[in-house]
Order: sequence, then structure tokens, then C-alpha cells
Amino acid sequence: MEKKDTQWPLWEIFIQANPGIPHKHVGSLHAPDAELAIQNARDVYTRRNEGISIWVVEAKNIRASSPEDIGSFFEPANDKVYRHPTFYKVPDGVKYL
Amino acid sequence: MVKDEKKLLAEFQAKIDKGVKIEPKDWMPEHYRKQLIRMMSQHAHSEIVGMLPEGNWITRAPSLRRKAILLAKVQDEAGHGMYLYSAAETLGIDRTEMLEQLHTGKAKYSSIFNYPTLTWADIGAIGWLVDGAAIMNQTALAKGSYGPYSRAMVRICKEESFHNRQGYEIMCSLAFGTPEQKAMAQDALNRWWWPAIMMLGPSDDNSPNSAELMSWKVKMESNDSIRQRFIDRTVPQGDHIGLTFPDPLLKFNKETGHYEHGPINWEEFFNVVKGNGPCNKARLKARVDADKDGKWVREAAEAYAMKHTEKETLAA
Repeated sequence: MEKKDTQWPLWEIFIQANPGIPHKHVGSLHAPDAELAIQNARDVYTRRNEGISIWVVEAKNIRASSPEDIGSFFEPANDKVYRHPTFYKVPDGVKYL
Repeated sequence: MVKDEKKLLAEFQAKIDKGVKIEPKDWMPEHYRKQLIRMMSQHAHSEIVGMLPEGNWITRAPSLRRKAILLAKVQDEAGHGMYLYSAAETLGIDRTEMLEQLHTGKAKYSSIFNYPTLTWADIGAIGWLVDGAAIMNQTALAKGSYGPYSRAMVRICKEESFHNRQGYEIMCSLAFGTPEQKAMAQDALNRWWWPAIMMLGPSDDNSPNSAELMSWKVKMESNDSIRQRFIDRTVPQGDHIGLTFPDPLLKFNKETGHYEHGPINWEEFFNVVKGNGPCNKARLKARVDADKDGKWVREAAEAYAMKHTEKETLAA
């Protein structure tokens, strides 16, 4: 039986450029499993020392918020200025606050 | 419904005008999506097919240094193809489909790669001229409106500048070498100059539906304007190493600050695009064979991955 040529599943790639900073999404690639996804990611995305750590996540496992709902979804944060330190008045001369 | 679409389109345009990138899940006009898929897949195919003319010289590079450089360059081209295929996939087409379009001749790739690399000097000319022209085009595209494409382009541009320099370095070595070496460099320039100029695409009066694509920032600059910048920057580089451009009408216009060039043979360009260039058939065959010959590897890796998942599931 002829199996369908899938060109392998899609993986999203995250690279940490230096110690102490977060992993950042850099793109995606195809690989049959996580191990090869990491190896391929090394060859595709770190040919010039761009990273010291790689995370791979199969694309189908990523869920995302939907752009159409941006307004209502993030709206609750809009009217809560008291969450920022600049909201509060501090008398002149008071330090370390 | 119609009104809705109008409103969405207005919002879409406003975002682009403000310089906000369009991301994969955002609403976009169907024509925008289609046009980007066409451009990005064509671009990806060009990177992949572009490995062939240069790969032809890896085993015959004149020194270990040159061989290591050429290997790294060709590997970069593969990487660029991968960035672009995955960026195109964010628009909802999958790679299998894009490859299918390439292999059946439905999708195009850059006309330039249908010319043969006859001597080592051609590797110099490709890096200098072909990558030089591509950089002009790609720095413009990096400012485009579609996020994944523009980000891929930024990466690619960074990597391309070494390609451009290594090519010019090869041309320098030959141009300052023996008379035979200089003749070889000159011959390569003679053969690659016009195709390099043409690869930036048809002239503006012959390039359909550019206005809409410009307003959507899919296309950032007209072909002729990119071509002019390429010529203005490249001609002094050739003059500097004593090579002559194969265009008797090429001359600097002091008033405009630009070079003027002779007429471009568009008949040749369209003929190559249609599939009648010197290497079209060989290039396509090499890609189709590579896909066919690699199929068992893809299947084996997939079977291995499947077996492991089953084991893990059983163990759990």
C-alpha cells in the first residue's frame, strides 16, 4: 500500500540566544520527531551561534488567542491604571518608594 | 456581509499604513494571501534550486578555503529555502503542495538559475552579481507587511552579505591573477551580467497589478527602481577590478547620478521563464529526483518516530 508522503509534521522552534534570557520564537520546520526537530533546528536556525538552547513544540499542540477578539479579550486590563506604580501620588521628598 | 468585508479591508489597510505587520491569523484579503503564497513559494523554490548551479562546483573548488566557503553558502541557501517554506505555510498552504507545484512546473523559480556554471569564475559572478541583485530585492522585501515573510527576510539579508562578498573576492583574485584567470573572470561577467539584470523582473510598464500590491506592502519598490540601484552600486565594483561590462551603452549620467544602460533582451527573459533556458529541464529533473530518492528516508524516519511513540504510550 502506498503511504501518503507527509513531509513530516510541523514544529515551532524557540531559541535562547544567551543564558538568562527567554527563549524566543524563530520560525518552524518539519521533522519526524522531537529529537530530529532539535537537530534540524540547530542546522536551520543556529548556523552562526544564534543560540545556546532550543525548544521544539509540535505546531498542532499550540493554541493561540484569536486576533478578532483582541478588543474584548484584553480590555479588562485597560481601566486598571492603579496596577501601575505611576498611578500613586507620593509627597515630595519621600524616597525609596 | 459586503459591508463587513469593506470594513475589514479598511482596517487592514489602516494597519499596513501605520506600519503594523500582518500576522498569520489576522484577517487578510484573499488576493493578498494568494499573492504572498505565490511570491513566497517562488522565493523558497529559488533558494532551493539555486543550490544546484553552485553545488556543481563544490567538488572542484580550487582550495580547501574556497570549498569550505562554498559549502557554507550552499547550506545557507538550503536554510533560506526552509525559512521561506515555513513562512509560506503560515498562510495555509502546506509544503507538500508547494513542492508538488514546483515539480510539476506550475510554480516558477528565479530565471537566473537556468543558466549553467561553466567555469570556477561563475561561482564568483553568482555571489557578486546574483546574490548582489537578490540582496537589493530582499532588503526591500524585509520592510514588507506580512510578519513571517519580513522576519525571514531580515534573517536572510544578514546571511546574504557574506555570499555577496565571497563572490566579489573570487572575482578580485581572478581579475588580479594571470591573464588566463582575468579572461575567465571577464567571460563570467559577460555571461552573467544581463541575466542578473533581468532577474529583478520585467520592466515597470510590463509588470501587471503592481499598484495594489504596493499599497498592501507586498511589493515595496518597482522592479526598475531596484534594478537601477543594483546597477549603480555594481558597476563601480567591476570598474575597480578592471573588468568590462558587456553593455556598450552603459554610461554614467552626471546630471541624474545614475548609470544608463542599453536595452534589455526581454525576449530572452520570458523565454527562460517559460522553460526554454539552457538548464530548465536539468534543474527540474534534479529536484524531482532528489524528492523521489529522499522518499524512503522520510518514510523510515517517520516509521521510527511512530514506533517510539507507540512504545512510550505502552510504557505510560
